[in-house]
Amino acid sequence: MSGIVLVLVTGMGLGALYFLVASGLSLIYGLMHVLNFAHGAFLTLSALIGWEVAQRAGAGTWGGFALSVAVGAVVGAAFAAATELVLIRPLYERHIEQVLVTVGLSFAAVALFEGIWGTDAVTIAGPAWLKGTTSVLGAHIPNVYWLLMVSALVVLAAIVLFLRKTRYGMIIRAGVENRSMVTALGIDVRRSFTIVFAIGGAAAGIGGVLAMHWYTFVSAHMGASLLIFAFIVTVIGGLGSLTGAAIASVLVAVLQQFANTYLGGTGDLIVVVLLAVVLLVRPRGLLGRTA
Amino acid sequence: MTPHTWRRFLPAGIGILLVVVAALLPLLNLSLPGILPGPTYSPGSLALLSLCMVFAALALSYNLLLGSAGMLSFGHALYFGAGAYGLGIILEMSGVPLWPGVFLALLGGLAIALATGAVAMRVSGIPFAMVTLAFAQAGSLLVRRNAQVTGGEEGLSLNTTHVPDFVVGVVNTRNLYWLCLAVLVIVYLVALWVDRSALGHLARATAENDLRVRVLGLRPYVAKLILFVIAGGMAALAGVAYLLLQSGTVPRAVSADLTITVLVMVVLGGAGFRWGAIVGGVLYTLLDQRLTVLAGSDAIAALPDVLRIPLSEPLFLLGVLFILVVMFLPGGIAGTVDAALRRRRGRRSRTLLTQLDDADLEAEEVRS
Repeated sequence: MSGIVLVLVTGMGLGALYFLVASGLSLIYGLMHVLNFAHGAFLTLSALIGWEVAQRAGAGTWGGFALSVAVGAVVGAAFAAATELVLIRPLYERHIEQVLVTVGLSFAAVALFEGIWGTDAVTIAGPAWLKGTTSVLGAHIPNVYWLLMVSALVVLAAIVLFLRKTRYGMIIRAGVENRSMVTALGIDVRRSFTIVFAIGGAAAGIGGVLAMHWYTFVSAHMGASLLIFAFIVTVIGGLGSLTGAAIASVLVAVLQQFANTYLGGTGDLIVVVLLAVVLLVRPRGLLGRTA
Repeated sequence: MTPHTWRRFLPAGIGILLVVVAALLPLLNLSLPGILPGPTYSPGSLALLSLCMVFAALALSYNLLLGSAGMLSFGHALYFGAGAYGLGIILEMSGVPLWPGVFLALLGGLAIALATGAVAMRVSGIPFAMVTLAFAQAGSLLVRRNAQVTGGEEGLSLNTTHVPDFVVGVVNTRNLYWLCLAVLVIVYLVALWVDRSALGHLARATAENDLRVRVLGLRPYVAKLILFVIAGGMAALAGVAYLLLQSGTVPRAVSADLTITVLVMVVLGGAGFRWGAIVGGVLYTLLDQRLTVLAGSDAIAALPDVLRIPLSEPLFLLGVLFILVVMFLPGGIAGTVDAALRRRRGRRSRTLLTQLDDADLEAEEVRS
């Protein structure tokens, strides 16, 4: 029993991490039809800068931790917004070129990070509480998973509030629904492109700093490995659907943890099999609109 | 001979001439300082040129997908790796001689391409790219996890017990060079045949307007799947040549990194042009090699950090080059040359990527 609880809760924690990455991808795809390969680079840069900040402000203290998360979010948002303005915007409506440019950026960025921070992973020690465990129904859950879950819920709530309660949020939702109509009404959707990129980058940045504490190390390749799962999550959840991404994140991660624990470490393969099954049965994903 | 027929046979003539020159290179003593590490007959230069040809063949096979069928796949390395690892494992585990082994490895590559392609093609466009990426990632994980079969992170070295002597060792680099040239020529001829066949026309028509092809009662799914499998098989052939040339293979041969590298080659050379893919493959491999040498040079080490760090990362420079090409030279090398030629003859031109985008937009308009 306690084993199942452990797998379930850690799975949900991992799902929270996937959601932080996938939410931005899904929003960006939904509005702009761009698959953002550079999302992993946003995440990695935030984690690396977050690491630098944590080292200077005291990695073991909650103050240093909170500061590194905040800086990570800002760095992610700034990097993402700059990417949109400099690389994506000039290629307006050229989706394939836009994807290719983000591919080139992720290529170049990872190499540059390796040049600056080295090819080896650098370790981090967070606040001592993260290393401890909490007992739930006899299972000892590492505390870092609670942090992941709470953070993802806060981010999800913030994004939902933004989309529902603000004018820009409304434009973005309308744009996802039918962009040509929004443009025809005389609204400049391009500003909302930058905003969507910035939101996605901030979520990925928070995810990056938290992932660093989860792995207890950070390397230039951290983003790439998380990005693949985020892609799978967005396809399974339905491209462009935030709720779909949230459900699929938890589904994928829990399944992955179960397979890793009870099926001899086959978690990653099971996830790909799940992807194939979803595509065969329902190509548009769980909550995707008919393409 | 009229000027018209002249023009028709000119490309074929140039092609044959280039192949003959390439075949004669190991017998000549030419030096290309700055490009090749030594004279053309030396094993170092021949190995580099062979690697160029292997990647040119891989880029050509990828061009079949992106250039002919308009499919943006992020999993092409899977089939390259299937060829390389497939042959490596067959030679390691069983007593099968080289040539039947090559045949089996190709069959394996085709089978994997058929299975993954059939599922991935349930979706198209960007979702297709993501799904192929996921499959390739699964392949990459399988290779890294099963160290007792594939050698894991260390890679798999070629077991030469059943391999004929003429393709083993540095002394025989020349033979390997000719083998790689043969692979490149085979892949080129297959690509040419596919592009000229009804299959190729159907795939191109589908890339331009899928709905219209279906309204005509044709089946784009089958055509694209056959093309996908052929491209996978050609990639596996390139993988086989890679294994023999490098006398082994490393996990990078199945990684997403390699797929992206191939994509960079094709776009750099000019998507949609067979000769562009070859130029892209050769140019990228040479650049990668030379930039790595440059990165280790004293001139770079003496620079201040701001310049030294970016310049000592070849992939950073290549990534930036790729971004610049996509943004400012969307046709790549071949597309730009072709557009210039067309303009001289007073014809309009569009790059392949622009065409695909337009088709995408039209399809969206039809839907909404």
